[in-house]
Amino acid sequence: MSAGAGASPDAAPVIETRGLSKRYGGQLAVDRLDLSVPAGSVFGFLGPNGSGKTTTIRMLMGLIDPGAGTVRVLGHRMPDAARTVLPQVGALIEGPALYGHLSGRDNLVRYDSADPTADPRTRKARVAAALDRVGLTAAAGKRAKAYSLGMKQRLGLAAALLTPRRLLVLDEPTNGLDPQGMREIRTLVRELARDGTTVFLSSHLLDEIEQVCTHAAVMAKGRLVTQGPVEDLAATARGRLAVSTPDPGDAVRVLKENGVTGIAVESGDRVTGDPPPDGDLAELTAALVGAGVRVRGFGLERASLEDVFMQLTGEGFDVTG
Amino acid sequence: MSRADTAAYAGGPAAAGDPGVRRWFWTLGLFRSEVTTTFRRWRTLALLGVLAAVPVLVGIAVKIETGDGGSAGGGAGQGPAFIAQITNNGLFLVFTALAATLPFFLPMAVGVVAGDGIAGEASAGTLRYLLVAPAGRSRLLLAKYAATLAFCLVATLTVAVSALIVGALLFPLGELTTISGTRISLSEGLWRALLIALVVAASLIGLAALGLFVSTLTNSGIAAMATTVGLLIAVQILDTIPQLDALHPYLFSHHWLSFADLMREPVHWDDLLSNLRLQLIYAAVFGSAAWARFTAKDITA
Repeated sequence: MSAGAGASPDAAPVIETRGLSKRYGGQLAVDRLDLSVPAGSVFGFLGPNGSGKTTTIRMLMGLIDPGAGTVRVLGHRMPDAARTVLPQVGALIEGPALYGHLSGRDNLVRYDSADPTADPRTRKARVAAALDRVGLTAAAGKRAKAYSLGMKQRLGLAAALLTPRRLLVLDEPTNGLDPQGMREIRTLVRELARDGTTVFLSSHLLDEIEQVCTHAAVMAKGRLVTQGPVEDLAATARGRLAVSTPDPGDAVRVLKENGVTGIAVESGDRVTGDPPPDGDLAELTAALVGAGVRVRGFGLERASLEDVFMQLTGEGFDVTG
Repeated sequence: MSRADTAAYAGGPAAAGDPGVRRWFWTLGLFRSEVTTTFRRWRTLALLGVLAAVPVLVGIAVKIETGDGGSAGGGAGQGPAFIAQITNNGLFLVFTALAATLPFFLPMAVGVVAGDGIAGEASAGTLRYLLVAPAGRSRLLLAKYAATLAFCLVATLTVAVSALIVGALLFPLGELTTISGTRISLSEGLWRALLIALVVAASLIGLAALGLFVSTLTNSGIAAMATTVGLLIAVQILDTIPQLDALHPYLFSHHWLSFADLMREPVHWDDLLSNLRLQLIYAAVFGSAAWARFTAKDITA
């Protein structure tokens, strides 16, 4: 696959929205969204349920008309340029949908015939290649009705990979898969990204995003809270200081004197807190040792994407918004 | 993201050849996919099975009724009194079966298939994947309508062929008498039977468009099918209420039984043409409505 291999890093964004909004009834489902997905990135799209992710994805794909604002995908306005843009986009939206009475293979043939740019002469070979890529070759002749959720998910992915794509939009691609299947999908996403395909991935599994994504955006209540490279996002949340000591009482006192806030004692011999914004950690260790606090371990624990998420949205991930 | 890049992807290895011709060929591809998907459904096959069974039942009933040498009583059933002639000529079973299925069984089957068209895809979730493929909304709607019309034809021919086989097995075939009393040869009779089947299929064009329009209004396949069949029944009832005389010429089922005029000598065209005209008007009105609705619709299923 050579999809988008020529795209330079400073090329125009693959997805770009400006002031994108959508109102349902009286409620804004999506509120002035300015999203920018760089070419060649693996872009994680995060947000609690009901935060407007799905509505956004449907507007990107031209399924829902934007109420206000603009959407550009691969440089073209959506939904007007759907016929030019969508053949280059593979999508898995809100789980797979299949014709239960058709075999897995015939499902792919059906979706491929719907694409006016897909060559019918190579259809058979492309369908076989897509089935092979998601590991469904053995079950290709079975009716889709008899597929497990994981197999349906794989078949949905296969449909997204029927032709070389410049952009893949994957909404919860590992839903219903066992750990082995999830690992395979992650490997597949990395492979596709290496070949130059931009991957737009929504997931509720934060560690999954952290493992495969180069960029991420966080949505909450219809608004974009933040977006950028994953390292930068993680860096915005300060790490947490952790001191392992048999003298927690003294440690708490010394840390407090040195400007550490939010101090908590965990499991008897572990003290954590937020380090002072401009303090040098070396000064803290010196102060602790100077006060006679015995220190077993001292360090800054790197903030995870989950910490960032909690700080930005003020809620746990699986809370319905 | 240059234009050349885009074109390379759009063209792929098949970039050769006239693009206009190719596009048509591939639109045909979607239509073919639509037809095979429809005819591989259990429901479709069951509907065709029911339609094929009607002539068998009618044929056997007439055979038993007349087994002791008496003649079948005609005129009691709906439609033209072809039934009395079946014992003389098996070909009349074709006309009888079409007359018996046109008021309800045939349109019901068409209502199910048309109503399921868009709404069924929506409730299965497959609609969003067809549209991001991208099938194109107008192209998909056109393919759906063409496939529904193909079903109208296949359903009608199923009744006709089943009736012809049963008629030939149970009764003699030969010269036949038209409604006007003239005699025509068997081959002429077969031609008329085919023509009648085509006219019956064409009588369903309007309902097919109406069903497809209903199908764009909802995300539930069952609701769309039930509504279409409900409308069919309502229209049939309205057509029997004499006080609504003024309304009758506009009901899509009003001229349905005019196909019998093809068995006159010479053929009476007035009613036949009114029927076809009405069907085309329905197709234009509800086809446009379906298009307007479907191309502007937010796909949330």
